[in-house]
Amino acid sequence: MTVLNARRSGGDGVLAARGLAVGYAGRRRRVVLDGVDAELNAGELVCLLGANGTGKSTLLRTLAGLQPALAGSVTLLGEELAGIPAAERARRLAVVLTEPVDAGLLSGYDLVALGRYPHTGWDGRLDPGDHAVVRWALEATATARFADRPVAELSDGERQRLVVARALAQEPAVLVLDEPTAFVDLPRRVELVSLLRALARECDLAVLLSTHDLDLALRWADTLWIAGAGAGADAVAGADAGAGAGLRAGGPEDLVLDGSLARAFASDRVRFDVVGGGFAPAPDATAGATVAGDGPRAVWARRALERSGYRLAAPGDAADVEVRAHPSGWTLAVDGRVTEHRLLADLVAHLRAHRADARPRTRAPVGPR
Amino acid sequence: MSRARLRPAAGGSAAPAAEPPRAARPRRDLRRPLVLTGLVALVGGLFLATIAAGSVTIPVPEVVAVLLGRPPEVPAWGTIVTDVRLPRATTALLAGAALGVGGLQMQTLFRNPLADPFILGISAGASLGVAFVVLLVGTAGTSLVAGLGPLGNVGVAGAAAVGAGVTIAAVLLVSRRVTSPATVLIIGLMAGYATSAVVSVLIHTGIGRLERIRAYIAWGFGSFAGTTWSELAVLAPCVAAGLVLAGAMTKQLNALLLGDRYAASMGLRVRRARLLVIAGASLLAGATTAFCGPIAFVGVAAPHMARGLLRTSDHRVLVGASGLAGAVVALVAGLVAQVPGSDATLPLNAVTSLIGAPVVVAILLRMRRAGQGVTA
Repeated sequence: MTVLNARRSGGDGVLAARGLAVGYAGRRRRVVLDGVDAELNAGELVCLLGANGTGKSTLLRTLAGLQPALAGSVTLLGEELAGIPAAERARRLAVVLTEPVDAGLLSGYDLVALGRYPHTGWDGRLDPGDHAVVRWALEATATARFADRPVAELSDGERQRLVVARALAQEPAVLVLDEPTAFVDLPRRVELVSLLRALARECDLAVLLSTHDLDLALRWADTLWIAGAGAGADAVAGADAGAGAGLRAGGPEDLVLDGSLARAFASDRVRFDVVGGGFAPAPDATAGATVAGDGPRAVWARRALERSGYRLAAPGDAADVEVRAHPSGWTLAVDGRVTEHRLLADLVAHLRAHRADARPRTRAPVGPR
Repeated sequence: MSRARLRPAAGGSAAPAAEPPRAARPRRDLRRPLVLTGLVALVGGLFLATIAAGSVTIPVPEVVAVLLGRPPEVPAWGTIVTDVRLPRATTALLAGAALGVGGLQMQTLFRNPLADPFILGISAGASLGVAFVVLLVGTAGTSLVAGLGPLGNVGVAGAAAVGAGVTIAAVLLVSRRVTSPATVLIIGLMAGYATSAVVSVLIHTGIGRLERIRAYIAWGFGSFAGTTWSELAVLAPCVAAGLVLAGAMTKQLNALLLGDRYAASMGLRVRRARLLVIAGASLLAGATTAFCGPIAFVGVAAPHMARGLLRTSDHRVLVGASGLAGAVVALVAGLVAQVPGSDATLPLNAVTSLIGAPVVVAILLRMRRAGQGVTA
């Protein structure tokens, strides 16, 4: 009961990190992520984003108690995580890891039933209540039809759902998933994330998952955690006041607008498109283009130009390339020459040929030796 | 408390309309009792056959009569059965069960379908322990423990178990750095070479007496026939303890199927569980090796037979089934090695290798085809 009260009182959240530093202890001690202040609340889906090597997995393992923290504290339902016995911790928090599950001849049912581990006695015998929970977990993840099939025969996506069902069978308050969408095709990813959010809402579950899928995170997460958003990044109004140096937490839209997302992934070759909400190739700053018209034809013409390395200017501004979308195609004006194109591929090819003529060759000339 | 919290109210389920709840454990219900009963019957039959067969064939009804304490037709049969054949059959039964269960534990612990006491060099480690005791401490006589005094059996068994435990720990340490099951095999082979090198040094420098060396070499061929009741008095409790430990660890072994990290996340104390599994497997492999010699391939074949028959990786049935399958393999191999109806005997290891080597090759071929079925 105390647990329930603690959760209702809100405050610190179901899982909270204060001044947390994660990384590897021992002789070659290495801090991967420092100064993490964040909390996870019941009923909330949080996506952890970050470029490779920013310590997402290390952070998740530390928050899940699978790896000791180097500094700071983690509390789970108001109790210090390190002080909670392993079995009790497993009744409060379940994980889905990146490593593939190779369960051999286990059936789907057996795999999910392993999630009852922290609830059963020394011999692991399942009572009717345990079986009911396993069936519920199978149904909640729509995996009941895999119950009798050997796990080895299932596809990656099907197996992943069973692994999630196994985590649910632990009946945790917190579910932590490390890149659950990595080996799953795009429609299955959306299915999985929408399932997780539904579970968060209906079971009052706190869900934390790391992902590389920015679009998915922006569309589905209640809160984003961005690892490596830049130490000492200026505090921006609207972002979580508790955001630490190594981790920035806030609403997805706020983090897009304040530039945290762009900073986290910034590089010379890509830039974050604040309007489109995705990453695009960095433009050649030299050539500008405008697109007139509206509707899908204009939108995709802009993307085609961006893909070809043009910087989009506002309509009416001076530009090297002007495109006008009209119902039967696109009109292209470049250096005073006007051409009509029915396909964007033709338009792009024309531009490429034009630029190749105009620009001095960068390839070494093949001359007599 | 947590259960009530997590499950949604009856109306709102995160799933599309729930199907009517089905029976919790469909289908497999019949297969398990059938297979287990069949294995028990097979072990019983082979046990009687092992007692009946040999240089003198004793009719099975007479064997049963002697076992039930009635006088047999031919008085000599009574002595043969109680003093020679019964210990031999019991040894084969215990050794087979021990190797089968030990092999299963190691396959799960190493997440490697080829793990087994012999292949991983555990038997070699146990041999080294035996070699030290027999060659350095032993005095005279041709039987293995002759001249070691009343504590000889315990000493040999203890040395073998320690040797086995040290080797398992060493191989486990190395195997955590490599992931390929085949590489672990090679490491096991190397452990075997290293221990035989030490043994050959012991022999070559003349530390051991000639008859001790001869006894050691004969022991190395493997045999269920070398044990008497006094050796069984040590072997049986060791095997029983190891089997009970394995039976008590089924829940932990099941959790380890998903790997150390998942097991830890579900509340398993991995270090402690691993230590207990190593201790149990060392006891089983060490005691068996001490009295029967290093026996090849029973440990790798038996768990695969059990899995194949039961179509499951659930240790709650696999531990028992692997023990029974191991006993079947050992009894059959023992029967063949005795060459029924003749005075000749074959080295036990030659027989088990002929049975086991094709099994290992088959597993390797299947692994190539189906990725790496660690426990398949």
